[in-house]
Amino acid sequence: MKGERKRALYWSYFFLILFAVFFLTPPLYMLITSLKSSAEIGAVTNPWWVYNPTLDNYKALLTSESYLTFFRNSAMVSVIVVIVTMLISIPAAFALARMKFWGSTTLATGVFLTYLIPETLLFIPLFKIFAWFNDTFDISLMNHWWVLVIIYPTLTVPFCTWIMIGYFASIPKELDEAALIDGAGYFQMLIKIFIPVALPGIIAATIFAFTVSWADFLYPMAFTTSADQMVLPAGIVTTLIKGDVYAWGQIMGACLLGAMPPLLIYAFLMDYYIAGLTAGATKG
Amino acid sequence: MAQVNLRKLVKNYDETPAVRGIDLDIPDKEFVVLVGPSGCGKTTTLRMIAGLEDITDGEVVIGEDVVNDVPPKDRNIAMVFQNYALYPHMTVHENMSFGLRLKKVPKEEINSRVDNAARILGLVDLLNRKPKQLSGGQRQRVAMGRAIVRDPKVFLFDEPLSNLDAKLRVQMRTEIKKIHQKVRTTTVYVTHDQVEAMTLADRVVVMNAGRIEQVGAPNELYHSPKTQFVAGFIGSPAMNMIPCQLEQAANGLSLTLNGSIRFEISPERTSRYKGHVGSRTLLAGLRPEHLIEQRPHLEPGQQAFEAAPEVVEPMGNETLVFFPVNGADVCARVDPGCGARPGAPLKLVADLRHLHLIDSATGRVL
Amino acid sequence: MALPLIALIAALVVYPALYSIHLSMLNKSLEHFVGFDNFKFLFTRETFWMVVKQSCIFAISAVLFKALIGFCVAHFVHNVPAKGQRKWRGMLLIPWVIPPAMSTLGWFWLFDPSYSAFNWLFVRIGLPAVTWLGDPYWARFSVILVNVWYGAPFFLIMYLAALKSVPEQLYEAAAIDGANWWQKIWYITLPMMRNIISITVLFSLIVTFANFDIVRILTAGGPIDQTHVFATWAFLQGIEGGDIALGASVSLFMFPILAIAAIFILRDINRRGNEA
Repeated sequence: MKGERKRALYWSYFFLILFAVFFLTPPLYMLITSLKSSAEIGAVTNPWWVYNPTLDNYKALLTSESYLTFFRNSAMVSVIVVIVTMLISIPAAFALARMKFWGSTTLATGVFLTYLIPETLLFIPLFKIFAWFNDTFDISLMNHWWVLVIIYPTLTVPFCTWIMIGYFASIPKELDEAALIDGAGYFQMLIKIFIPVALPGIIAATIFAFTVSWADFLYPMAFTTSADQMVLPAGIVTTLIKGDVYAWGQIMGACLLGAMPPLLIYAFLMDYYIAGLTAGATKG
Repeated sequence: MAQVNLRKLVKNYDETPAVRGIDLDIPDKEFVVLVGPSGCGKTTTLRMIAGLEDITDGEVVIGEDVVNDVPPKDRNIAMVFQNYALYPHMTVHENMSFGLRLKKVPKEEINSRVDNAARILGLVDLLNRKPKQLSGGQRQRVAMGRAIVRDPKVFLFDEPLSNLDAKLRVQMRTEIKKIHQKVRTTTVYVTHDQVEAMTLADRVVVMNAGRIEQVGAPNELYHSPKTQFVAGFIGSPAMNMIPCQLEQAANGLSLTLNGSIRFEISPERTSRYKGHVGSRTLLAGLRPEHLIEQRPHLEPGQQAFEAAPEVVEPMGNETLVFFPVNGADVCARVDPGCGARPGAPLKLVADLRHLHLIDSATGRVL
Repeated sequence: MALPLIALIAALVVYPALYSIHLSMLNKSLEHFVGFDNFKFLFTRETFWMVVKQSCIFAISAVLFKALIGFCVAHFVHNVPAKGQRKWRGMLLIPWVIPPAMSTLGWFWLFDPSYSAFNWLFVRIGLPAVTWLGDPYWARFSVILVNVWYGAPFFLIMYLAALKSVPEQLYEAAAIDGANWWQKIWYITLPMMRNIISITVLFSLIVTFANFDIVRILTAGGPIDQTHVFATWAFLQGIEGGDIALGASVSLFMFPILAIAAIFILRDINRRGNEA
């Protein structure tokens, strides 16, 4: 019996290592490549090892005007979208979780449903709508990074609202009643009680909103065409691949640097990150 | 049906000892209760018998076989958990028949065994329900049904009544006793409630800090505790332990509780207590029911004294009075009609035939 | 208070969705209403049916593997002593954390026809080099592989959380009742996790079905349109090809399938809420 458990443990470690290799090889390889010079990339040597490590690729990226623009655009878009999302989601979740007004349950379900409508369904009509707006009102809505700020919330708000409804609903009603007796109005209840108590949920939702905004690829590809307006995912793919010459070292470096913000958030706030993921389905 | 023997059983969690060497022989058909406070090692011992915990040292024998390395499913035991551990997605019938289905027992036999157990436990109408449709008491009975159906060598109970409300607990206690009388399987039952232990057990094993304090029939433990722990653990309200002095007087030994209360030690105990005269660690152990109100005639062994109660608790059939002696809160059980009132001095007698003199330095009853 | 939310969803989700239906019924220059002509046109195109088939194969096989891997690896992580679990969990979730566009570029490089590091290894141990993205069947395999790589960690996390919510005592009772390891999984783990499994599978079906990033970057739909899925083909037709109406029609085709999946999800979520 003891032996059986030991065997299960060894097998578990064996497979865990196997899968860890599977999951971590690509990023590792990206790192390896990014430390190579172009010459070494083209050479016939072992691609899994860096013989002459160099930071040239990174230096080039960090001094490249366009790459920095991508980074800046991504940062601005993501941060603004997170703020906008929170401003919309939190009150909405509060309303749907606590104030039982007519249609609130259908609306809550509806919110979740909209999350299921993929961007790949909406991008074409949105494209058309924005183009029309562009032409009709002469407000430049195409090919600007802040177009993304308008669109991204469609990706983030439904799920964030859904998470928050779950967290808010799990706050016991007694807290509300205690607050009401103490003389708080709805808005104060939200600020002084709900937000602090549901802070883990808020953090998780914020992380989710940020990560989704940072990583989105389809909308930027559809809506931004000039390099100075692009965000990282679209920018790297379209501009670093110039014709037939792929500067792989730089591309890999660009990708890794571009993946840094989500990875860093993940490293430091892993529990909130995971809470955000699991909240969606388990609090269902 | 089989005997269970525990020989020098030890369990350590990393560096922390949980069970420090237990020797226990449980003959076939006996109902043994392991009782003790939280953390005393009783559940760990039970789980080692079940095979759910690895044994650090020592042996567990079920029937004729040493079962240390035998997995639970091959030990031919059945266990009733505190939280019932019913499979929530299966009906009552499926819960009870699960073990048999795994062993590929033929369907007719499964059904007959389940029906039999269901009849004993009063579950016949509930066979198609799921656990969440049952009350706490019903769930507990299903858990027991699951155990009965397997017809094991040993029944193991892990605090099965702790999750039930007081009234239900009393009811289920009787049920368990009836079932044991019917299905005479060796049973090891764990609880922290000494009332359960006393009412259910053929023999009680009192455990404390990983060791056995005393093993014996309920009455034996009640009237002849061997250690301070057992004396204080068994019986409710608990035995009074009053710091006292033993003195040598002209005609024998006497026990002084405080300035106004002094008892003569009967001659047959003199030799037992002689060596502890002057000891500073003595406690006089007297159960509340052996401190009663003074009646017209003194029985042999009774000695009178007086005390003023601080607190009076009327229980209906009796009244509990509490008065301080030497810093200890002493409890006496008096007749409700004797006029006990807080602050009013009351005439009481102590039945010294039931005195247990305890040396708190060694924890032993002298 | 919920108004901004409602406004947002109405304006940017519901309206475009409905508008897309309208768009799909216009002609290429978006001037005339042509009814179902676009759809009829699509039905005649062989590429379209390939896209349908490919999208389905892609979604179903990817989700299957993701769920399987997620389930198994969750068990392995669960078996490891608690202190180490966090580290393993942290490492194994990384594919999900990296923006898919960027990690797919990494895979793209790993699959490069001339410089593939995988091929280098294969050749060294005597296996033939693989045209990961050039051969139609390998290309499909690669796309599925990358999607599984990216998505399995999600399943891992969800199933690990669900595994932990099954009371340990049920397994102990089963052990005493005589169950071995796979009987425990079959009779206890799976039934207890039924709800979460169906929710994650349906959820992932929707998301995988509508996937854009991976296919676009790895193959852009090729070779010879053999890896196109709805999203990439719609992009090709609508944005790159300028035929918005057609693109809208293609996108729209996903809708019935998504709707059915959504209904099942809702039903399961409600059931889960009642069962708890």
